[in-house]
Amino acid sequence: MLKYIYGSDLKSHPVLADTMFRDRAWQFRERLGWEVSVDAQGHERDEYDDEDPLYVIWQRPDGRHGGSMRFLPTTGRTMVNDHFSELTGGVVISSPLIWESTRFCLSPGADSRVAAALMLGGGELMRGFGVTQFVGVFDARMVRIYRMIGSSPDVLGSSGRGRDRISVGLWNYDPADRVKVLQRAGLSSVVSEHWYARAFGAKPTKRLRKAA
Amino acid sequence: MNGNLRRHLVTLEQATELSALQDASVQLRDYFGVAHLVYHWVSADGEQYGCGTYPSAWIEHYLEQDYLRIDPVVIGCFQRFHPVDWKALDWSTKSAIAFRAEAVQAGVGNQGYSIPIRGPRGQFAMFSVSDNGTDQDWAEFTQKHRRDLILCAHSFNQRALEFETRRMPEPVKPLSGREIDVMTYLAMGYSRGQVAQTLQISEHTLRAYVESARFKLGASNTMHAVARAVAEGLIVMGGAARNARGAWPGRGDVEAAQ
Repeated sequence: MLKYIYGSDLKSHPVLADTMFRDRAWQFRERLGWEVSVDAQGHERDEYDDEDPLYVIWQRPDGRHGGSMRFLPTTGRTMVNDHFSELTGGVVISSPLIWESTRFCLSPGADSRVAAALMLGGGELMRGFGVTQFVGVFDARMVRIYRMIGSSPDVLGSSGRGRDRISVGLWNYDPADRVKVLQRAGLSSVVSEHWYARAFGAKPTKRLRKAA
Repeated sequence: MNGNLRRHLVTLEQATELSALQDASVQLRDYFGVAHLVYHWVSADGEQYGCGTYPSAWIEHYLEQDYLRIDPVVIGCFQRFHPVDWKALDWSTKSAIAFRAEAVQAGVGNQGYSIPIRGPRGQFAMFSVSDNGTDQDWAEFTQKHRRDLILCAHSFNQRALEFETRRMPEPVKPLSGREIDVMTYLAMGYSRGQVAQTLQISEHTLRAYVESARFKLGASNTMHAVARAVAEGLIVMGGAARNARGAWPGRGDVEAAQ
């Protein structure tokens, strides 16, 4: 299922958080060979995990991490603006309607439906919170995955060649994409709305009504 | 965003005193047709600053009782950055139930929607609207006005930050080369499509540049951002722009005519 969890609430989900940071170490250090820092617990974490981001996480039936991505508002500190502005010609992307999306990660063996489910989760954030665009950094190997799930970004700028090519991209919200992404994820609209409501929807109001 | 809202936001942008923020909150409350509209800045040391339309008796009572500690809206929005319907907050504690009853009694309304704002260096503020109505009416209202409310929220916050930083001046973020290109062509009267074509970028990318420049300039819309960029000398109009290297739509025709 899709979970939407702020960094400060990860402590309530110890297994999910532990496996997410381990899977990130596997994907970014082992598989992609990025120079990321991995701590003694085997967790790949960076400074932006300390900024209390919002994570969208695919939780497997056994409670472990299946895939995830991380969101921060571009009105605060972001990776794109701090480290990659040379790729965007010095443009600092900052708007209340644009969020940054980073650390798109799939656990070993996750299939394309998980990737599509994460895209769906990102789309639900846009739909629910009035966000018009996501900005993010990605490398050449992600291009094929984005194309496969029907969510290719507009490229703002790139550097490097071949497999080492790093780009800054922009994803736009198009309500029509939702149906396609739902199909690719093999999920129904109702179930996605239910997961979203579990994170952001109305809390039980029994006692509230009495009070009002 | 419609014209009336734009006018209110432009008034807000030109505010040079706190009292103007107060006036803007009344105007915007009336524009949105809700019971109340409030901007509330809470600093890390618990200091508060705000403006809005709540009855002064309620504000005094709130401060006196130190409700900041138990207000589910403050607790639920703190360290968040997504807009929050008050129904999604935890009102189940004894203190929250009592607080809510008092707030409803004071006329705050039975529905609310808040935009949390994360500003520079851990700054936290919230912008809220509240009203009386059914869940369904409120869902329709928030759905319809969500983006405008987000823009209003950040507009208030930018002004408040400016008032704050007047004491501790902070350099204004300059526009990047790409943003200057985009704003220059828009100032020259090109359509978005023509600008995108000239700069060989997609219209979506263009939109991100415009949006980012608009926000940096503290403008409520593209036209206002262009006007401000010209006024502040960030972009150069006329001959200098037309002497820029690279093509622009119709350049060939103009040069041929010359």
